[in-house]
Amino acid sequence: MGAIPFSYSLRNLWTRRLTTSLTAGGMALVVFVFASVLMLSEGLRKTLVDTGSYDNAVVIRKSAESEVQSGVERTQASIIESQPEIAVGADGERLVAKEVVVLINLPKRGSDKPSNVEIRGIGRHSMSLRLQVRLAEGRMPRPGLAEIIAGQGVAKRFKGAGLGETLRFGMREWTVVGIFDAGNTGFSSEIWGDADQLMQAFRRPVYSSVIFRLRDPSEFGRVKTRLESDPRLSVDARRETKYYSDQSELMAKFLRIMGLALTVIFSIGAVIGAMITMYAAVSNRVGEIGTLRALGFRRRSVVLSFIMESLLLGLTGGLAGLFFASFLQFFTISTMNWQTFSELAFTFTLTFEIAWKSLAFSLVMGLIGGVLPAFRAANMNIVEALRTS
Amino acid sequence: MLLKLLFKNPFRHKLRAVLTILGIAVAILSFGILRTVVGAWYAGVEASSATRLVTRNSISIIFPLPLSYAEKIRQVDGVKAVSYGNWFGGTYINEKNFIASFAVEPVSYLKMFPELVLPPDQEKAFIGDRKSCFVGRKLAERFHWKIGDTITLKGNIFPGNWEFVLKGIYKGKFKSTPEDQFRFHWDYLNETMKKTAPRRADQIGFYMIEVKSPELAARVAQDIDRMFKNSLAETITETEKAFQLGFISMVEAIVIAIQLVSFVVVVIIMAVAANTMAMTARERIGEYAVLKTLGFGGWDIAFLVFGESLFLSMAGCAIGIALTFPAAAWFRAELGDYFPVFNVANKTIYMDVAAGLVVGTVAAVFPVWRAITLRIADGLRRIG
Repeated sequence: MGAIPFSYSLRNLWTRRLTTSLTAGGMALVVFVFASVLMLSEGLRKTLVDTGSYDNAVVIRKSAESEVQSGVERTQASIIESQPEIAVGADGERLVAKEVVVLINLPKRGSDKPSNVEIRGIGRHSMSLRLQVRLAEGRMPRPGLAEIIAGQGVAKRFKGAGLGETLRFGMREWTVVGIFDAGNTGFSSEIWGDADQLMQAFRRPVYSSVIFRLRDPSEFGRVKTRLESDPRLSVDARRETKYYSDQSELMAKFLRIMGLALTVIFSIGAVIGAMITMYAAVSNRVGEIGTLRALGFRRRSVVLSFIMESLLLGLTGGLAGLFFASFLQFFTISTMNWQTFSELAFTFTLTFEIAWKSLAFSLVMGLIGGVLPAFRAANMNIVEALRTS
Repeated sequence: MLLKLLFKNPFRHKLRAVLTILGIAVAILSFGILRTVVGAWYAGVEASSATRLVTRNSISIIFPLPLSYAEKIRQVDGVKAVSYGNWFGGTYINEKNFIASFAVEPVSYLKMFPELVLPPDQEKAFIGDRKSCFVGRKLAERFHWKIGDTITLKGNIFPGNWEFVLKGIYKGKFKSTPEDQFRFHWDYLNETMKKTAPRRADQIGFYMIEVKSPELAARVAQDIDRMFKNSLAETITETEKAFQLGFISMVEAIVIAIQLVSFVVVVIIMAVAANTMAMTARERIGEYAVLKTLGFGGWDIAFLVFGESLFLSMAGCAIGIALTFPAAAWFRAELGDYFPVFNVANKTIYMDVAAGLVVGTVAAVFPVWRAITLRIADGLRRIG
């Protein structure tokens, strides 16, 4: 005799609706947590990957870990500026920007709680070096004036950072004359202004970093060696992509460890839940199983049928969990990056890979929970099974 | 008689009982760990004193204040003592070993922080040697440092290799005192900066101020900030607690997420336990009817179901709590860089027990209700 019909498993789950939904609900929560942690890590990764560009190089002071910690003297910046590997823009000028980056403490809208925001003093080419950044509203700050533009994320979350509003720092009032759209990149958590004005205001006569576009990305190794071995300089050159992924290493590691620990612990709970449900399903149906076997269904078919039931249970939970997790994409997490000490916003990002991983995970949970009970069902003695009930 | 039955009942389905207990144990374990992680964020807040204030540059923590503020702050009415320092950061051997290090003014700082317990001879040796440092017990254990060792740190904010001689190892007076910090002479930092980067000399990262009594804190803080208003370096003065809370509020999103997840675990396990109890009760409907026929009241049976549920959840709870301690030790080893203090608080244990009780109670509610309202004839008629 062939396999037990698929509808048998399906109807069994339906008959015990309460138990099924409790178990599937537990699994759904586990998948929800599993997916959300993956989505968070992916969102963070994506934000930082998008922030950097492979063709750009960032030069900061040796042993500094971020632009905020770094300091590059004006004379040093001029040496870096004159490297022959730097690309030339459409206007015939070199695509290089000497920037100053500091943190300022701003209160958030609504809660009034202060948080650190990166403020970047930009040069003429800063905008053209970052293709992902464009002005969304207003205009660029004029050199020589106390004007700034704010990233969309900052404008939304911080007091006084909206278009036309003013911020006070460095003993001056700064008018927000524009809002820039930087997509899901770290730049949308920044404020930009004229580098010379900001250096004046903060009384910090050094640049933080020099950023340039390479005329040929493969020449990075050469320019890095030359800059780092120049006795007049004491700097560290990194590709922009590497620079930004280094910045979030701690945060990424934290998310990974927490995510792993949570998933392992939660899945043990869910597997146990599935096992209890499936064992109960088996022991409630001893007579039924005996009948099936008496009708001529093989042990294998019984095992398969119960595993199928358990897999269905897992799949239901997985789909439900994923369904709710997908709504997380509307949320933005904004938190402090420990390495830079500044505010960083990123969103939950659902990718196809995460979706199938979550579903596979739920199926595996169902499988592990169902295997032992299924074998118990299959190994019953027919006569004894029929005698019960 | 009932009590005997109560203790025998859970083991009629040995496998199911074991699985349920295991499930609850896992949930309580993760609940405990997550609460401990949340607690670890707040370690700095708990370690702070009510009579200490922190003054920093109002632009943000990365901007320094001039050294000359020390004398001015000292003159403010209500100030008992002033100390100051710089956050140094720095790494040991390679970038992975980040060291929480501060350059501080030694005499006033040690007086202001009595919770850093340093043997008197070590304290004297530290104060007497400008190139010396003292570190927390845990930090010394981590790198096997002994008194007299030379330690070289690589600075991130203050570039270069910095050599120190270890002159003291402190213990925390309280459980919440971080024992992984590194402190050395501010003068050593300043003298070196004078030579290598004169622009950065005589600059202070933060002032620590001790007030005569906690009630004066708010007024003193206002007075200090007013004094430096409209100067080149405006200040923000707040209590040490508020200062620490400021850091936490910046990572609030993560803390809230972890807190939420910790409750989700309890909900998950509630579903598992409720499931078990529902199944158990369903199977025993016939027995309950028999018990009722014998003259036991609905509440006796309720007691039976309720007791079994609580027994299972409390057994799981006990195992979970027992496992929390080794698990916390593992976390401390893995995440030591993030959390200097990672202790399982007593409060966490109480919350574990409370969670166990809630799970046990909620899981039993539905079966209890059924047992009470059960009509004997229905129960006896029912098969299975």
